[in-house]
Amino acid sequence: MTNEALIPVVGVITDIRRDTPDVKTFRVVTPDGKKAFEHMPGQCAMLSIPGVGEAMFSITSSPTNTEFMEFSIKKCGCVTSWLHSCEVGQMVTIRGPYGNGFPVTKDFKGKNLLFIAGGIGLAPLRSVINYVRANRADYGTVDIVYGSRSMDDLVDFKEIQEEWKNEKDFNVYLTIDRPQEGWDGHVGFVPAYVKEVNIPTDRTAVLCGPPIMIKFTLQALLELGFEKTQVFTTLEFRMKCGIGKCGRCNVGDKYICKDGPVFRMDQLEELPSEY
Amino acid sequence: MKKIALSNIDLLYKEIAGAQELYLPVKVAGATNFKKFEDGVEVDIKSLQTVKSAKDLFFPQSEDMMEFKTSGKSIEVIDARKKAEPFVLFGVRGCDLKSFEVLDKVFLAEPVDTMYQAKREAVTVVTLACNNPETSCFCKVFGVDASNPKGDVQATIVSDEMHFEALTEKGEKLLSSLKCLEDCEGKGVEEEKAQIKEKIDALPFVNLDLTNFKGENLMELFNRPEWEELSKACLGCGTCTFVCPTCQCFDIRDFQTNAGVKRFRCWDSCMYSEFTKMAAENPRKNQMQRYRQRFMHKLCYFPSNNDGEYGCVGCGRCVKKCPQSLNIVKVIKKLGGNK
Repeated sequence: MTNEALIPVVGVITDIRRDTPDVKTFRVVTPDGKKAFEHMPGQCAMLSIPGVGEAMFSITSSPTNTEFMEFSIKKCGCVTSWLHSCEVGQMVTIRGPYGNGFPVTKDFKGKNLLFIAGGIGLAPLRSVINYVRANRADYGTVDIVYGSRSMDDLVDFKEIQEEWKNEKDFNVYLTIDRPQEGWDGHVGFVPAYVKEVNIPTDRTAVLCGPPIMIKFTLQALLELGFEKTQVFTTLEFRMKCGIGKCGRCNVGDKYICKDGPVFRMDQLEELPSEY
Repeated sequence: MKKIALSNIDLLYKEIAGAQELYLPVKVAGATNFKKFEDGVEVDIKSLQTVKSAKDLFFPQSEDMMEFKTSGKSIEVIDARKKAEPFVLFGVRGCDLKSFEVLDKVFLAEPVDTMYQAKREAVTVVTLACNNPETSCFCKVFGVDASNPKGDVQATIVSDEMHFEALTEKGEKLLSSLKCLEDCEGKGVEEEKAQIKEKIDALPFVNLDLTNFKGENLMELFNRPEWEELSKACLGCGTCTFVCPTCQCFDIRDFQTNAGVKRFRCWDSCMYSEFTKMAAENPRKNQMQRYRQRFMHKLCYFPSNNDGEYGCVGCGRCVKKCPQSLNIVKVIKKLGGNK
């Protein structure tokens, strides 16, 4: 019989890094040490632990990483709790890639970029940001506004401090919700900070975070003079198949798993707000 | 054309079943459904409609996909897809045949669903014209001609005989292999079809107007205030989705066995609150939203993605089975009206 898209391959977790109290980053390769498949930034993969369940995760690592894939995963449900309790060497199953990904070779190319993330929302953006770093000549200035509840909840803090901040024409703006000992950076919510930084409106913006953050940040961007056609985001929905057949992630005439998860804000306006 | 006297039809079933598996309407404990033909079963070929549709044969209610052997930290994936053997599906009505086309658009779209595809390729479908359509039937609204249901072989009952016409190579092969059939001219078939058409035109729901249901009206239809009233009595039981020939939503689940873990898929329903529930939140929080999703999908989202083809075939099962008397006819009347 021919290959069935729903039957996964085996992957091995070769590294687990604790990013925050509830986020860990898992490195996954095939048993013979290769990447399970190639992907584009913003695409997703189905990870599963037999007997526990299967769930869709954004691929956090950049496609330019030729050695492995990484997934930054927040502990919040059944599968994620199990993953948080496992150890290096654990096998999982993996299938993908799913979804459209960010238009890095089209709409983003040659543009000045603005990335805005809240909390675990940085995970899907990390893939694009590192892709842009690896193809630096293809993109202009990069601004990154990233906020989380506290200093300890900033995902990939080490990479941000040691690598992103030192990249040419990269401006990194970090913020946390409340003052904290040992933090001398900005304090306040992301939407307000975006307005305060007053980023030029020639940027193509990419938004990812909790729905409430997306809502108010979009409002802030529009107030700054951005158009909805300049702003991209990536959606989250419950998924089972990943290939537009199981019906679960159907919103309007779109399937988040295959027509998304990346949408432009003006495209979302044409969809029922059921996401 | 070929024919057989209804009094001898058991010979036909036996001859087909002698060569390959035969599925046809069988009555068990008062309910008629597509079941495998075996000696002693009560075939109910004249019953207009099975309780569940024939989609079971291609998209079973539950189907094993793979198995996992786990030991310590390691996992082995074992393909558990079953090979599909050729089979005959006999007595399919026009609406159910049309539903296969709807399901094809989902499961045979790239990437192809190989489990569904294998069974679709293995089947020879013998349809049966509907001599006595019921008041709950509205297949004509969706372009189905119940007097001419098509398929590989099309059968028509004319008084006490069943006439057969092969429409495909597969159908030709089946008919020519059957020794119990006798050649005929198909006398009375056309007259019977004309009578069926007349009966269909006199049915109460044939004038439902679908013109409003199209992609361009997506947001307008979605925001209609009538959804509240239409969905008020919905219990969220999911009966409509389980008897529906075109509902194709599924779940993928794991089952622990003594030997390891089995991963299977099974029918699911967008009418259930768990359907879209995530760890953090649920985008469809109330029954009105779930009810609206089901009908919007069939009448607007599906045609928007499939060149205007609707995700309903007018079989009327939801009309008969909803415990609260809610159904797609009421939705069409309210939001589309009559012609």
